[in-house]
Formats: sequence, structure tokens, C-alpha cells
Amino acid sequence: MQEEKVRTISKAEAAEMLRLMYATRAFEEQAEKSYMMGKIHGTMHLSIGQEASAVGSISTLDPDDYILGHHRGHGLCIAKGADLNLMMAEFYGKEAGYCRGRGGSMHIADVAGGNLGANGVVGGGLPLAVGVGYGLKMRGDKRVLLSFFGDGAASTGAFHESMILAVLYQVPVVFICENNQYAMSFPARKWTSSERLAGFADSYGMPGAMTDGNNLLDVREAVQKAVDHARAGGGPSLIINNTYRWRGHSKSDRNRYRTQQEIEEWQEADPIRRYRKLVVADGLFTDEEIDDIEKGAYEQIELARVFAEESEEPSVESIEEGVYAP
Amino acid sequence: MREITYLEAVREAMTQEMERDEKVFLIGEDVGQYGGAFGASFGMLEKFGPDRILDTPITELGLTGAATGAALVGMRPIAEIMFMDFLTLASEQLVNQAAKLRFMFGGRATVPMVLRTPAGSGTGAAEHHSQSLENWFAHIPGLKVVMPSTPYDAKGLLISSIRDNNAVVFVEHKLLYKTKGPVPEEPYAIPLGQADVKREGKDLTIVATSVMVSRALEAAKTLAEEGIDVEIVDPRTIRPLDAEPIIQSVIKTGRVLIVHEAVKMGGYGGELAATIAESRAFGYLDAPIVRLAGRDIPIPYNRTLELSAVPQVPDIIAKAREIVQGKV
Repeated sequence: MQEEKVRTISKAEAAEMLRLMYATRAFEEQAEKSYMMGKIHGTMHLSIGQEASAVGSISTLDPDDYILGHHRGHGLCIAKGADLNLMMAEFYGKEAGYCRGRGGSMHIADVAGGNLGANGVVGGGLPLAVGVGYGLKMRGDKRVLLSFFGDGAASTGAFHESMILAVLYQVPVVFICENNQYAMSFPARKWTSSERLAGFADSYGMPGAMTDGNNLLDVREAVQKAVDHARAGGGPSLIINNTYRWRGHSKSDRNRYRTQQEIEEWQEADPIRRYRKLVVADGLFTDEEIDDIEKGAYEQIELARVFAEESEEPSVESIEEGVYAP
Repeated sequence: MREITYLEAVREAMTQEMERDEKVFLIGEDVGQYGGAFGASFGMLEKFGPDRILDTPITELGLTGAATGAALVGMRPIAEIMFMDFLTLASEQLVNQAAKLRFMFGGRATVPMVLRTPAGSGTGAAEHHSQSLENWFAHIPGLKVVMPSTPYDAKGLLISSIRDNNAVVFVEHKLLYKTKGPVPEEPYAIPLGQADVKREGKDLTIVATSVMVSRALEAAKTLAEEGIDVEIVDPRTIRPLDAEPIIQSVIKTGRVLIVHEAVKMGGYGGELAATIAESRAFGYLDAPIVRLAGRDIPIPYNRTLELSAVPQVPDIIAKAREIVQGKV
């Protein structure tokens, strides 16, 4: 079954997905390092362990399609094709960054590239998604939007209102809940489960699916179906990618709400290693080929780090730019 | 010139802009068949169809966000929030998203949208349907806040707001909806951030917003009979504020009374008073800067209490007299 799915993807595309997952892992490891070294101020939200959800989902899009992210969105940006130099520069708060250093890790956006932004408010992107979808639909545009959010957002009023409007206006949006099991410290299992989150789709009146979010092929298959459905004018879908964040919520997290054993069990289900094993077992790649992809990704991130560190700070003279559009 | 109501002026501005630009659409609760809770969009569903006049279920947050998202990809939505009180529900999307997306993305996004909403008391609707919260939004960089006081201003300012490339909070007043005034039939734009002198005078400047402009004009008639010649300046847009006509007026009269309906504590009057005090007009003041505003209470239901909660014409007359007679 898995073997058949492996073979539906060309070697070039599989290599690209591996590269994006490794680049995400490398970006976030570097982000953590830079932070520890005192090169970054503020905080960050790492998605290490969730790479298959981002890459598998976004791999189904055409280049000019859109995404809207959440506050743990480095992987989403990278999967959408972000320039790693500009992304790292934004993380460093530099003028060369995607948002000229104004947004930082939680607000990276590349509107021209179809990334309509990460969001610092849990659930903040969901109402926006309805409007983006409606705008596209009104213009007769064939593009679709993937709207990412977490289990934390699924408990907000914004989620309820957005699902209702999305179905009412039949917008071309795939809502993807990355259930990484915790809203900061609050366990999703205390109020729901991935199965029940997926059940919301039926309640609101749209197609839904639940995936093993650490299985890239499973994610990709479900999202592809939903994207095709949206592009054909069928309206929204809701997909729950069941996954896990290895790192804490942010830098202040001491993991008091979960056990080391739980973290280690999920690390056993490392999404990158799982996909790697599948493609090697299938004979699509040799281990050495994948080592090269991995090494290349880490090298790219190292170049991005150097680019970011050598980039200019924004000037204080420009501080008021961009509050209003002319 | 032809006379129409403030409500008709709002409808005409929306209609003409929707005819001019197919990216403009209206979204809100009961804006379709019902024609809007106050009738602002009456007949527009028949004219433009359900794809451009979007009735929503009760989703203030959702519809405000939907407008913001549509604006982000190039549309020009007008969102109607039935009562300004319900902006409390919509605020996350308005304040955190619509107002900030452009700045947060390094100036690389544009959010051209209008959020129309009726504010104010006087209809017996009590605490949850009567508030004047304009200053909450005037406090937010990235938003513009417009408060028309006449049918002429309502049309011209709404057309400008729709054409503006930013998120504009357009604050209408329920008591003004039925007021009539001259309004040109053709579309015209009044620039945002341009105050208007509604009456010229030499003894006292009254800076008033929204429904308080007509109350101040009414008060000015009585005051004129007593020999007090009042000048009335209407900022029309409270963010951005066009301070210069206010400063010039205060330099001319030497006295200023600021009148608004919102409660005094944290109200826009404080901003106006500070703007005057910080300006070159300070040296010309012959009396303290005085604010006349809503009492520091929620709007009560009882008719007498409701009227007493916000400035009325006799209150303006009395306060103006005190200032001019040196009793403040």
C-alpha cells in the first residue's frame, strides 16, 4: 500500500520534498542555535517533528496558489518556496528580510509568492482565509488556498465562524489543522481528539479527513484530494494532520505538561526518517543520495545564516514606513 | 440642490462605487433581503445580486476577517457591523489583522477595506446598542476613523473611504440616518483627514463630532441671540486628524469647547485638548480648554436617563456661556 503510493511520486519531486523537510529541520535547528548564542531577540516557535505536514500539504499546490499560516510556520514558508536567505534575514530582524525586519519569526509573509503570512494570534488566520477564498472565487480565479492552524485554534470562536462562512460561500480553501497535541501546555486530548476534530467537517457540512501527519504520503494524498475538490469549485474541506512538536511551545517552555517518554515515542515517528526509509526501501533513492540532499539543505541554511548575519539592520529613519498605504 | 437623507447618502455612495468598481462588495448581517438593520443597503441585493451583497449569519469576527482577507488579495470590501457595540466581537481581526498586516509585512501588503458601523445613543436601545467607541479605533496605528455629521459628508467621505487603500472604520450615527441635507447626485470624494468649519464665529470655538455637530449648530443659534458668536469645527476624520483648522480657529477665538458623545475618560476630546495645548494656539487661550462629553456610565434604557447620559443642546449652550463669561 505505502509502496504503491511511493511510486506515484517522481524521483525529482521526492527529492524536492526531502530537501524541503531537511531545510526546515536545518532552519529551525539553526534558529535555536542563533537564539542560544544571543543573536536573536524575542522568541520563536519551532515545528521540528511536524515537517511532513507542511511539506506534504503544500506539495500539492501550484506555485501561484496561496497559503495562510499560524505562529509555528517556518516549515510552511519553506515548503511554499521561500528564499531561505530572506527568511533567515527576517528571523534576524534585518532590512533584507521578507518583512524588512518588522514581522520576525511569527509574521513571515511573501504576498507576491503566495504566502499570505504567519499569524501571531491563534486562530487569527482562519477568518482571513474565508475572505481570501471569497476574493479568488469572486474573480473567477482558479487558485486555491491552504489555511493552516493548530489544535489550539480549533477551540476558538474564530474557527466556528470561519467554518460556517467557508461552507456558506463555498470558498476554494482547504483548512488544515496540524494537531500537534498541545496548545501551549493545554493537551488537545482533554477536550477533543484528532477523530473528533475531523468530525467537525461533517458537522459544518464539508468533506473531511484525518491523516497520520508524520506520514508524508498520507498527508499528501488527503490534501491533494481536497485541493482538487476546491479547484473544481467544490468548496472547502477540513483535514486534520495528527502530529507532534518535539520542542517546547516557545523558548520559555520547560515541558512540565508532558513526559520525556512521550516526546521520545513521537521522535521515533520522525516524519523525515519515515519518508526516507520508505523511498530507500522502494529503491527510489540510495542512502548516499539522501545524505547528499540532507547535507545540501544544511549547507543552504549555513549560507542563509551568513547572509542574515551580514545583512543591514533596518534604519530607525524608516520606522514609520508601511503603517499606511498611499 | 437635491436633498436626501444621511442614510440615502450612505447607500448612494456604496451603490455608485459598486457600479464604478467591480472589486467593491458589501458583506454583513442582514444587508441582503432585509436591506440592512437600518436600511442602508435597501434595494442593493436586487441591483447587485447575492455575490456582491453578502448576507452573513451572526459572525462579526468572521465577516470582518473575511473582508480583511478579501482585501489582502485585491478586493475592496465594505463590511457592515450592525451596531458599533459589536465591534468588540470583531476587534481581533480589525485591530490585530487589518490594521497591522501592511506594516507587519514590511509594507508589502495592502488592505483596502471599509468597516461601516452605526454608533451612538438616543434610540432607547440601552447598554449593548448605543456606545460610541470611536476612540478605541483611533488609538490603533494602521486604521483610519471617519465620522460624518451630514448627508453631504457621509457620501463624500464614504466614497473616499472605499477608494482608500487602508482599513477605514466609518462611524455613522443612528440619529443622523433620517436627517436631510443637500447632496450632489454625481459621485464626489471628500479627502480623509480634512476638517470642516461648519459655522464661522469669533467668540468661541466648538470642536464637535458626529451628531454633536448638529447639536452645536442648534446651540449656536440660541447663543447668537445672546451675542455669543460661535465657530464650529468638525474634524470629520478623527484619524488622521486635520489639526490645523482647529488650531487656527482657537487662535482666532481664544476659547474652545470640545463636544462628543463618547464618555469623557479616554475619549477623543482628550486627544483634541492635548493637540490644542501642545500647539501654538496655547498662548492665545483666554480660558481653559473644556470638554463636554458623555457621562462616565453605560448608556441607560430609561428615556430621561438616556438623554441625560450624553450632551444635549441645552448642555452645550450652558457650557459655552460659562466659558465665554469666564466662569470656568
